[in-house]
This record gives sequence, structure tokens and C-alpha cells, in this order.
Amino acid sequence: MMPESRDIRDLYQDMILEHSKRPENFYRLPDANRKAEGFNPLCGDHFTIFLKFDNDTVTDISFEGSGCAISKASASMMTARLKGKSKSEAQRLFAQFQRLVTNQTNEADDEAVLGKLVVFSGVCEFPVRVKCAILAWHAMMSALDQTSAAVSTE
Amino acid sequence: MSVTADRVSTVAAGFDAARLSKDFPALNQLVHGKPLVYLDNAATSQKPRSVINAITRFYHEDCSNIHRGVHLLSERATRAYEDVRLTAQQFIHASNPAEVIFVRGTTEAINLVAQSYGRTQVQAGNAVLISAMEHHSNIVPWQMLCEEKGAKLHVIPMNNRGELLLDEYEKLLTPETKLVAVAHVSNALGTVNPVRRIIRMAHERGIPVLVDGAQAVPHLQVDVQDLDCDFYAFSGHKMYGPTGIGILYGKRRLLEAMPPYQGGGDMISSVTFEKTTYNSLPHKFEAGTPNISGVIGLGAAMEYLTCIGLDNVAAHERDLLVYATEQITRLPGVRVIGTAKEKTAVLSFVLEGIHPHDVGTILDQEGIAVRTGHHCAQPVMQFFGIPATTRASFALYNTEAEVDALMRGITKVQEMFA
Repeated sequence: MMPESRDIRDLYQDMILEHSKRPENFYRLPDANRKAEGFNPLCGDHFTIFLKFDNDTVTDISFEGSGCAISKASASMMTARLKGKSKSEAQRLFAQFQRLVTNQTNEADDEAVLGKLVVFSGVCEFPVRVKCAILAWHAMMSALDQTSAAVSTE
Repeated sequence: MSVTADRVSTVAAGFDAARLSKDFPALNQLVHGKPLVYLDNAATSQKPRSVINAITRFYHEDCSNIHRGVHLLSERATRAYEDVRLTAQQFIHASNPAEVIFVRGTTEAINLVAQSYGRTQVQAGNAVLISAMEHHSNIVPWQMLCEEKGAKLHVIPMNNRGELLLDEYEKLLTPETKLVAVAHVSNALGTVNPVRRIIRMAHERGIPVLVDGAQAVPHLQVDVQDLDCDFYAFSGHKMYGPTGIGILYGKRRLLEAMPPYQGGGDMISSVTFEKTTYNSLPHKFEAGTPNISGVIGLGAAMEYLTCIGLDNVAAHERDLLVYATEQITRLPGVRVIGTAKEKTAVLSFVLEGIHPHDVGTILDQEGIAVRTGHHCAQPVMQFFGIPATTRASFALYNTEAEVDALMRGITKVQEMFA
């Protein structure tokens, strides 16, 4: 049962709207050595994540594509957060973010690990939008593992 | 057919959508604390009490298998089931009840024709002709058939208003073309195609035509004999009936010549291990115990629509479309997708700089149910160069006040993304 009290602004927080309008790292990385696509065919959300991954470090990351405000802001903030991180750090962030948007966490843990990404905590009140928030993250994981097939979160 | 008190609120006193909406229990509820404004009727319509009661009554009183039992309940169930075939025959003006085949829905109806008629009639080098605005259910079965047979799938193009180009259509009616399969009404755009003319042009060249009527039967009077279509497919759940039931109409001559689609009980006359003799129409195409309660619910839905009168429904929905189109074009940053001259009450649109998914979520919070996405018509989205649209689709119970609520909702979305 959906709580009656959920507020639309819990989902569309200012920082999310801002990132959806002016996304960071929104271009094709010219010297990427890994990339992967994320595609949710029902919504039409479609992103490509570009990675420059050297010496177990995400030295640069960017994305291209189109989608809803949630998926685009998520991709933008993810790229900002992952620059300079190791593969295991990226995996840990992915797992924590996934728990955040599916409501399996407590706030203190989230803040400590995720920082600004906690603005996505409202997503768990909107179950059909979880796949939007998580799409770029799955594509990023796929790029890290260098699986070539496109991923989907539908 | 009897009209009980729970059937239709009143039509004699003039068409009153707000009053008719009281016939639909699911419409009278709050969503996120706001009165539900249900504008997703092209996906599925709500069900009137008479349909729900007919299904309940069957399970309470007549539940039994059909065409087999010698006992009273089976007789009653069989009669109720076969009576709906007669109701359906009248509803679509078929010449014979044997031309009415009960199926799961439009998708199964089209697959039946593709697998039975298609596999016997379409050979390597032949072509099947569909249109640029088809639902995936009128694309994929033909693609599968063409792939199996080494045949080609040709597509009638459309213009940027969402109208089929009949000159181009004529050129595609070649000696290789074995079947035309086209939507009566587009689910994504609302376009009403000139199917009567499309059929006549195909028939002049001896080509049969299947019409996908899923989006037409709830909104306009369908007369399969006047159209002269060879097959007509539609679903119950978009016309106020239950899900999981639909109808394939086929001309008797064609159905008689077609092999069965599925084998099993009820579709046979006699079975030995050496040979099976198939049952006559329509049972040849209804293998196994059918969706009996679904058929009975569909019958109640057709009676409901007949009582109100499809001409009244069409007139009301036309007024709603005109009003909604006027209102939405006054808003800034809105592009309506699908502006054909002949349309049913479907308003597909995109908002500048705002993804339809976000529109749908925010409208939902206002109690307004719309569909967002590609509407199972990805080629249509590709044609218009957009990933998705927001679609408001209207039914007989929608009102101008609900159109106003939609416009306020759109303005709220735009304010949030300003």
C-alpha cells in the first residue's frame, strides 16, 4: 500500500531538478576505454556510460543519452561521485545506492557513504521509478565489468 | 435482453457523463487524497457494475462447463455463453453467429489469423502489408510469419498529422500482397483510419483485409458487413468488459477454409488415434474450456454500450476531444502528437524539456491517471522523433471538469520544471 502522505517534492528535490536540467559530465568521453549502454525500452530511457579506467581507478567518467529527470539526475550525480574511485569503491556505492532507493537502509549509513546522493531517498516511495534511478548505475557496473550487452532495469 | 436497475443510470434523460460514472465503482475513489480522474482508457477502461455483477452472478448461480454437461447448470452456462455470441453478432452486425470466435483478446485474434490463414496463404516472395501506426500486436505476428515463410512485411507510410498516405498505399497493393492488416483507430495517435476505403482498394485487387478494432469498438459503431472487412479483431477490456476475452470476426467462407489454430477439446467432432475430425464453426477455433465468465461479462458490456448508444458515446467523446484540444493548445510548451482530421478522444502530447515519465508521476500525485511511454507503438515514436508521449484517453464517463483537472495538472508539472 502506498502511503497517502507521500509528497511529490520528496521525489523531485531541487538538487535532482537542477541536475536534470544541467547535468554534469554530459558528453561523450573521447578517450574512454570502457563503455556500456543502459536502456529501459518501456520508458524509452537510454544512456551510454563512458569510463576511463586505469590502475583500478575511475580516472574519468561521463554519460550521454536521454531519459526522465530522475534517470538523468541520477546519472549526472553518479558520474560526479565516482571520479577517482576504485572498482571496489564503485561497487560499494552501487550497492548502497540500490539499498537507498529500495528503502533497505537507515539514514545515518546513507549520509556517511552516499553524501549528496541521499537526495534520491524519496524514490523508494515511488516504486515504479526505482528503475529510473538505478539505470545509469547498472550501466556503469556493466562498463566496469566490461560486459558488452546493453543492460535494462525493467 | 433485460435491462435491470444496475445496468445504465439513465440515458433517456439525456447524456450525462458524470451520472454514468456512478455506474463504475472503481471511479469513485480518492487517489493520493484526490478524486480519481481516470484518463487511461485506451489501455483499459473501467467496468460498470452490470459487468461485475454478471460475472459474479455466473459464479454464484450458473458455474459449470459448457457444451458438455447434461445437467441444468451446464445448460444455463451454455445458453448464457452462446447468447453472448448472438449479442456480439448484432453488436458488430455480422451476418452469422458462427463468424464470431471468442479469443483472449485482440492479440490472440491477430495471432490466430497469422498462424492459421497466414501460414496457409502466405508463401516465400509474398508480402503482408501493415501501416506505420500499428500497435506491436499488429506488427510482431506478421513479422514472425514473414520470417518463417521468407515473405516481406511492407508498411503504409503516414504524414506528420498521423494520417495514412493512401496514394502510397495503392502502390503497395502489389500482386505479391496476400493480406492487409491495419488499425481501425490508432492507440497512440487516435487517428481513425478510412478503413472502408482501404478495404475497397484491397478488394479491387482481390486482397483480404484484417482490421485491428481494439481502439474502435468502444468509441464508434462498427458494422463489419458495411466495412466488408475479412477479419475484425477486438478486446473486451477496452470496451468496459473484463480482461482476457475478445472476439475475432471472420467471414465464414474464409474461416471454413482455415485450419484450426489450437487443438484440444471442444474443437473436434470425433477423435481416434488415427484421425480427428474437426468441429464446425465457430467451435473449430475455440479449443479447450473457454473464458466463460469473461464471455458473460463481455456480453454485459455490449448490452451496456448498446443501452447508452454508441452514437451518444461518440458525440460526447467528440465534444471532449474538441474541448481538450482547445484547452491544451492554449498552454505554452505543448506539442500534440497525432492531429489527424478524424480522431477518437485520444490526446497524446509532449511537454518541452520534460520527460513524459515525470509528467505521469506528477499527474498521478494529483489523482490523474494517464499513460506514459511508447504505447506499444515504438515505430510511431520513432517517426515523430520522440522517446515517449503522455497520453490522455477519454471514455464515456469523462467530463469537461476532468479535462480542466488535467490542464491544471500539466501547469503544475511545468511550474515544477520551470
